[in-house]
Amino acid sequence: MELRVENLTVARGGVPVLEGLDFTLSPGQVLILRGPNGSGKTTLLRTLAGLQPPLTGSVSADPEQITYGAHADGLKATLSVEENLRFWASVHGISDIAPAVDGFNLRGLLERPSANLSAGQKRRLGLARLLVTGRPIWLLDEPTVSLDAASVALFADAVRAHVAGGGSALIATHIDLGLQAETLDVGPFKADVNRPRGDTHRDAYADFDEAFS
Amino acid sequence: MIALLVRDLRLAMRAGGGFGLGLAFFLIVSTLVPFGVGPEAAILSRIAPGILWVGALLACLLSLDRIFQLDFEDGSLDLLATAPIPMEGIVAVKALAHWLVTGLPLTLAAPVLGTLMNLESPGHYWIFITLLIGTPALSMIGAFGAALTVGLKRGGLLLSLLVLPLYIPTLIFGAEAATRGTAGLSASTPLLMMAGITAGSIALLPFAAAAALRVNLR
Repeated sequence: MELRVENLTVARGGVPVLEGLDFTLSPGQVLILRGPNGSGKTTLLRTLAGLQPPLTGSVSADPEQITYGAHADGLKATLSVEENLRFWASVHGISDIAPAVDGFNLRGLLERPSANLSAGQKRRLGLARLLVTGRPIWLLDEPTVSLDAASVALFADAVRAHVAGGGSALIATHIDLGLQAETLDVGPFKADVNRPRGDTHRDAYADFDEAFS
Repeated sequence: MIALLVRDLRLAMRAGGGFGLGLAFFLIVSTLVPFGVGPEAAILSRIAPGILWVGALLACLLSLDRIFQLDFEDGSLDLLATAPIPMEGIVAVKALAHWLVTGLPLTLAAPVLGTLMNLESPGHYWIFITLLIGTPALSMIGAFGAALTVGLKRGGLLLSLLVLPLYIPTLIFGAEAATRGTAGLSASTPLLMMAGITAGSIALLPFAAAAALRVNLR
């Protein structure tokens, strides 16, 4: 399953942040997304994941093929590690959570309520969720935040295994993961906010957003 | 979808989940009314169906903002939105979970609490029936309101202001059916009107709420 992006413009709060994006993410490929804070990496990932519509352009992949790993892990504090993981597995129709548990070294924590996990352990559980979605395209937003070196290595191994199995990953990160990957710097695609734009879409969205803000 | 329902019920039962909160509130409101109105049995038994309905409605309102807000805050809502469940299904399941932990216990408790207000014999039956038919609409309309206000800081107050006016038709027909039934009159017209509101809410509001959630997630 290939993710092809053509002439994409993404916006946050009605203001375009990145424009003219063209790239392809093929099966077996890892693409590292780089750019300074506030450059629109998260907005781009959310748009690709189908959480917000693009201003212009198109994303070829079916949202059902994509899983999105956000800043927040989506964990329930009162549920145990196993319950959290089993929930996401059954939402995605997967019954075997063992690979995810072993892949992120969670075996000893299964019974523990997520409220009692450290930040790095929570992150590991959040990343283990990727393995129980069974989806080929991973979009990850700073996945290594609060992970120690050993856990970063576990994560890199998980990405390698995923890619070797025909999956692909688009990862926004500031550190070197030691993966064989291409880099996409979003800097050159920064949108010129002052440039007048012919499309009426933008105004329609701006009004719509305003009505709900 | 069943996994989501089980998760929501489990979360409600765990510490801080809010199960029983609405029920306790309902109990206190129904206990306070005789203190405020006075102990005359005739007056109490006349106003009992209305008071029980208003109490149930307010108790229902109490836990509405939890339907989506908690999932929004911890990021689960983004992940659910990208999961293979349609957004309409998420809304419907969450409204059902809300009804199971709030509306259903209220319905079961109301006939018992009616005794505190000298509710007369067929009244227990009628308050149970009307709440059973009416409270699903309260949960569904509430889920719609919660979807509109998700992501707003202190959205709970705005949610009440949005949702309470929408509860009026359900309240009018529900209380009217309960009052008429208790008095021994035919209650089928208000009962059918209320059933219509409930059926309409369940059929239409998941779509409206899902649209509101999609806008709020951007």
